[in-house]
Amino acid sequence: MTTLKQTTLHDAHVAAGARMVDFAGWSMPVHYGSQLEEHHGVRREAGMFDVSHMTVVDVTGPGAWDYLRYLLANDVDKLKENGRALYSCMLNDQGGVLDDLITYRRDQGYRVVVNAATRDKDLAWMQQVARDMPGAPQVSVQERDDLDMIAVQGPQARALCLPLLPEALRADVEALSPFRATEWQDWFVARTGYTGEDGFEVVLPKDQTRALWDALAAAGVHPTGLGARDTLRLEAGMNLYGTDMDEQVTPLESGLDWTVALKPADRDFMGRAALEKQQAEGATRRLVGLVLQGRGVLRGHMPVSAGEAGQGETTSGSFSPTLGVAIALARIPAGAGEQVQVEIRGKQVPARVVKPPFVRNGQALVEIH
Amino acid sequence: MSHVPAELKYAKSHEWVRQESDGTLTVGISDHAQELLGDLVFVETPEEGATLDAGTACAVVESVKAASDVYAPVSGEVVAVNEQLGDSPELVNSDAYGEGWIFRVKPGDASELDALMDADAYNQHLEAEG
Repeated sequence: MTTLKQTTLHDAHVAAGARMVDFAGWSMPVHYGSQLEEHHGVRREAGMFDVSHMTVVDVTGPGAWDYLRYLLANDVDKLKENGRALYSCMLNDQGGVLDDLITYRRDQGYRVVVNAATRDKDLAWMQQVARDMPGAPQVSVQERDDLDMIAVQGPQARALCLPLLPEALRADVEALSPFRATEWQDWFVARTGYTGEDGFEVVLPKDQTRALWDALAAAGVHPTGLGARDTLRLEAGMNLYGTDMDEQVTPLESGLDWTVALKPADRDFMGRAALEKQQAEGATRRLVGLVLQGRGVLRGHMPVSAGEAGQGETTSGSFSPTLGVAIALARIPAGAGEQVQVEIRGKQVPARVVKPPFVRNGQALVEIH
Repeated sequence: MSHVPAELKYAKSHEWVRQESDGTLTVGISDHAQELLGDLVFVETPEEGATLDAGTACAVVESVKAASDVYAPVSGEVVAVNEQLGDSPELVNSDAYGEGWIFRVKPGDASELDALMDADAYNQHLEAEG
């Protein structure tokens, strides 16, 4: 058995009564007592997540712009100012999704935050592309394992977090628009997240992490585990890498058409040819939201029947604590209509096809019945 | 430490059984089981009138995290199910041995009840499972 890696906050989680689980080789809190209460805590007040297991990578050098425009399916040229953020997939040559990530433009170059589970694969791929890409741009790809990350999310997140940040940052952070970031020394604060609520993701030096976590807790921000993180992101209609998408599917089959920048036509990027071909032929599958109309709970890998259009399956599903019904993301035939049947333990249960997100800023965005 | 009432019988798969004065048996899942599952959001009870075979799956309890089968601890006919769980599955979390009961069965074979564990044996079983 290999030893699980621990974040700076491991002892704080255990002291708070967390049930710790193995997540991609890290010992992480799945909940601190009640996943449901933590979910509601984020939707109604504010919750915080230890996401220090995620990987921060700084991309610098005179060739960084050229490099990222080739590496990513979205176009970092859209980042017209420093501090702007861009969500993108990183694809292989066949258009399969290697990972999804956020790129921030900074004074010093770019910062990319990738998933924990894909860290080794991502870093190796990023180094390989830097070496092999046409034009061999001068670029440095540097993991920042000296930094931690805390996400603070919920309607009260900004107000509760702001006074606890270094004073030199506060005015800039208060003025941040959504999907923007600002920084001071090794503190980096972005108005981004993975819950569908307002809030910040705070990247900070490891020797400051415990103090911020404790101060947030004292201010009434609820420690929230990976369990609630998963139901929150599902309600927000955000894909989980490795569950809703992987190297076997393209962004066009993953509800992420909007993140693929095929214009300008002269920008070559990894996977471009495969995506153009798929777009021209028409993708045969698409990722949609499902709302269960009968009784039961949706989970991943349940068969979905879309009548004559064919078969698909759920990729992730759960009871939605905010909506009070079961919801799922599902990959189904492109020609499917609004009504499908999901097989739950041998029974066919009707479900309605919807366009995610299900919930945003605490409000239901889909009709329940 | 989870609660294990002395007057009940238990199955290895974490169901509890209570003998009622009319000879029927009430079945639920143990405090330990509900704790492991976390917040319950859905309970699928057996149908009233259904015939159960001991050791076979007859109900499902689902938490936000996962679904788990409930196995019939004894054979018999289902004479009542807890309708309240349709709207309030969380009763299994808050009162596993009381309002969180799942179904009631008229037993076919009395010896099956004797084969179940008493509270001491179930406590040892929990310790052994770690």
